[in-house]
Amino acid sequence: MPEHAALPPAMARHAAPVAPGSQCVELRRLNHAVARSIRTLSGLGVLFVLAPFVFHGEFQITFLTLALYVTLLGVAWNMLGGFAGQYSFGHAIFFGVGAYAAAIVQVQGGLNAWFGWVAGMCLGGLAGAAVGAVSFRYGLRGSYFALVTLAIAEVCRIIANSISITGAGVGMMIPLQPGLAHLQFAGKLGYYYWILAMVTVALALSSWVRHSRFGAALAAVRDNEESARALGIDATALKVMASALSGALMASAGVFYLQYFHYIDPTLVFGPAVSVQALLAAIVGGLGSVLGPLIGAIALAVLNEIGAHLFGGIPEFSMVLYGILLILIVRFMPHGLARGVAPLVRRLRGASGRREDTAGA
Amino acid sequence: MSAALWPALLNGLTMGAIYALIALGLTLIYGVLHIINFAHGSLLMLAMYGVLLLFERTGTDPYLALIVMVPAMFVLGYGLQRFIIGPARHGRDENTILATLGISIVIENLAAWYFKSDTHQIATAYGDTMVDLAGALIALPRLLALAGAMVSCALLALFIRHSDTGRAIRAVAREPEGARAVGIDVAHVFAVSFGIGLACLGAAACFLLPAFYVSPMVGHSFVLLAFTVVVLGGMGSFTGSLVGGLLIGIVESLGGLLLGESLGQIGVFIVFVGVLLFRPTGLFGHHA
Repeated sequence: MPEHAALPPAMARHAAPVAPGSQCVELRRLNHAVARSIRTLSGLGVLFVLAPFVFHGEFQITFLTLALYVTLLGVAWNMLGGFAGQYSFGHAIFFGVGAYAAAIVQVQGGLNAWFGWVAGMCLGGLAGAAVGAVSFRYGLRGSYFALVTLAIAEVCRIIANSISITGAGVGMMIPLQPGLAHLQFAGKLGYYYWILAMVTVALALSSWVRHSRFGAALAAVRDNEESARALGIDATALKVMASALSGALMASAGVFYLQYFHYIDPTLVFGPAVSVQALLAAIVGGLGSVLGPLIGAIALAVLNEIGAHLFGGIPEFSMVLYGILLILIVRFMPHGLARGVAPLVRRLRGASGRREDTAGA
Repeated sequence: MSAALWPALLNGLTMGAIYALIALGLTLIYGVLHIINFAHGSLLMLAMYGVLLLFERTGTDPYLALIVMVPAMFVLGYGLQRFIIGPARHGRDENTILATLGISIVIENLAAWYFKSDTHQIATAYGDTMVDLAGALIALPRLLALAGAMVSCALLALFIRHSDTGRAIRAVAREPEGARAVGIDVAHVFAVSFGIGLACLGAAACFLLPAFYVSPMVGHSFVLLAFTVVVLGGMGSFTGSLVGGLLIGIVESLGGLLLGESLGQIGVFIVFVGVLLFRPTGLFGHHA
C-alpha cells in the first residue's frame, strides 16, 4: 500500500530503538513527504484561485463551488473513515449541528454570522467528540459504528423536527443581508473563495494528520487496534480526537450550506443525502489519502452533470448514479480513484526526476 | 389512560410480529455472512410495491401474492449476493456494507422516481373489518399479520433446524472453512442465506400491505426498527429476533401513547443506542 508507505517506519520509530543513522533517514523521508504535499497543495491552491479568471461563467463558478463543498464533506468523512478506519453512515449529525447552531445564533440570538460559524464549528467538534466518546468507549466498530451513527442522525432529525427552537418541520431561514460582515455574498464568486479557503485549510489539516505522529498512531489503530494498544497507544482517545476534527470540519460545511442557500430544514441537513455525499466523495476518491476527497468530489460533480444532461434534471437519477458508482468502485477499484491516478503521477514525476539527475551529473 | 393501554399493547404486538419477521431475515444474513444488510429497508419497500402492482394490475389478493413474492425475493437475494455483494467483498466486511448501501441508494431513488412520493394503499373487502379482542378493536389484517408473521418465523426455524440446506447454513455460519472442507459450496450457501433473508421480506410485505400504505420512503421507518430488533435480540439469534420484535413493537406503541406520535419514535432509538452501547451482544446473543 504505497499510500501508507511512510507509516510503518514512523511507527517503528517509537516502538523500538533504532540506530541514529536510520532515524535520520526516516525523518528526512518524512520531511520530504511533508514538503512534497505542501508543494502539491499550494500548486493546487494557486490553480483554484486562478480558475475563476478562466471559467468565469455563472454555471462554471457554481459547479466549482459545489465540487469544493462536496470536497469539504469528503475531507471531513475521510478524517474518521479514512485515517481512523471508522465508517460513519450518519455524518449528517455534525453537518446538521453546525448548520442549526449557526442559524439559531443568527435568528434566535440576533448575533453576527461569523459568531454563528465559530459556534457551529465548536459544537460540531463537540458533537464529534461526544459521538466518538460514547461509541469508542464501548468498543463499537465496523457495522455497529455505522449503525449507531445512522441511528443518532435519525434521532437528530426527529428532534429538530419536533422542537420549536429549530423551527420544527418548517425549517429556518436566515435574513438576507449580503456582505462579508454577514458571511453572505452578492455574487457567486464570494462563496467560491470562502469554500476554497475552507477546503485549503481542511486539506492542510489532512496533510498534517497524514504525516504526523498522530496520523501514524491512528493508522496503527486502524490497521490493528490490538497491537497498537500493546505499543501503548491510547486508541480510544485517538479515535475520539479524529472524530472531533471530523465533526468540526463537517459542521463548517453545514455553516457554508446555510449561508449559501439561506435555508435549512431537518431532512435537508440531518437526512441521509448529506451522509451519503460525504462518504462517497471519500471512498470514490480514495480512503486515507489527502487528495482523495478532492478527486472524488470532482468525479461526483462531473457525474452529476452527465446525469443532468442524460436524464434531464430528474434529481433522483444523480443519486442512482451515485449508488451505481459506489457499487462499481467497491467492486472494481476498492482503493478509490486516487490510487488509480497516483501511479500515473508518480511515473511522470519519476521521469522528470531522472532528467534532473542526469542534468546534475 | 388505562383504557387505551390494552389496545395500544395489542397494536404494538401486531407491529412487533412484523418487525420480528423483517428482523429474522436480517439476523439470518448477519448470522451467516456477518454483514449488516443496509439495503434491507429498501428491499422491503421493493417487495411492498411488488405486492401493490400485483394487486393493481392483476387483482391478486395480497395473501395469495405470497406464492409469487416469496420465491421472487429469494431469487433476487440469491442474485444480489452471488453477483454483486459477494464479489465486492475483497476480504473486508466494510466493503460489503458499502455495497449494500449502494444497492439501497439505487433502489430507493429509482422507486422515488418511478412511483413518485405518493403513498398508496390497497382496498380489500376485509381491510376495514374490525375484530373485538377483549374490549380492544383491532383491524383483521393486523391480526392476520400477527398470525402470519408467527407462522413464518416458526417455519423458518424448522427449516433451518431440520433440512439439509438448513444444516449447511448453520455449518457455514459457524465455520466457513470447515464447511468448505467437507464439500459445502460456501458461496452458494451465502447466496441461499441472503435469498432466504429477502424471502422473509417478501412474506412481510404480503402481510403488511392490506393494513399499511406504501411509499418510496416506507423502508426507512421499518429498517431502523428492524436493526434495533436485531441488536436488541442479539445479532444472529432467532429467539432474540422474535422477542426483540415484540418488545420493540410494544415500546413504540406505548412511546407513541405517552409522548405523542413524533417524539414516540425516539423511545425506540433510545433503546437502540442504549443496547448498542451497554449490551452489544443483545438479550440472547453470545458474542459481539
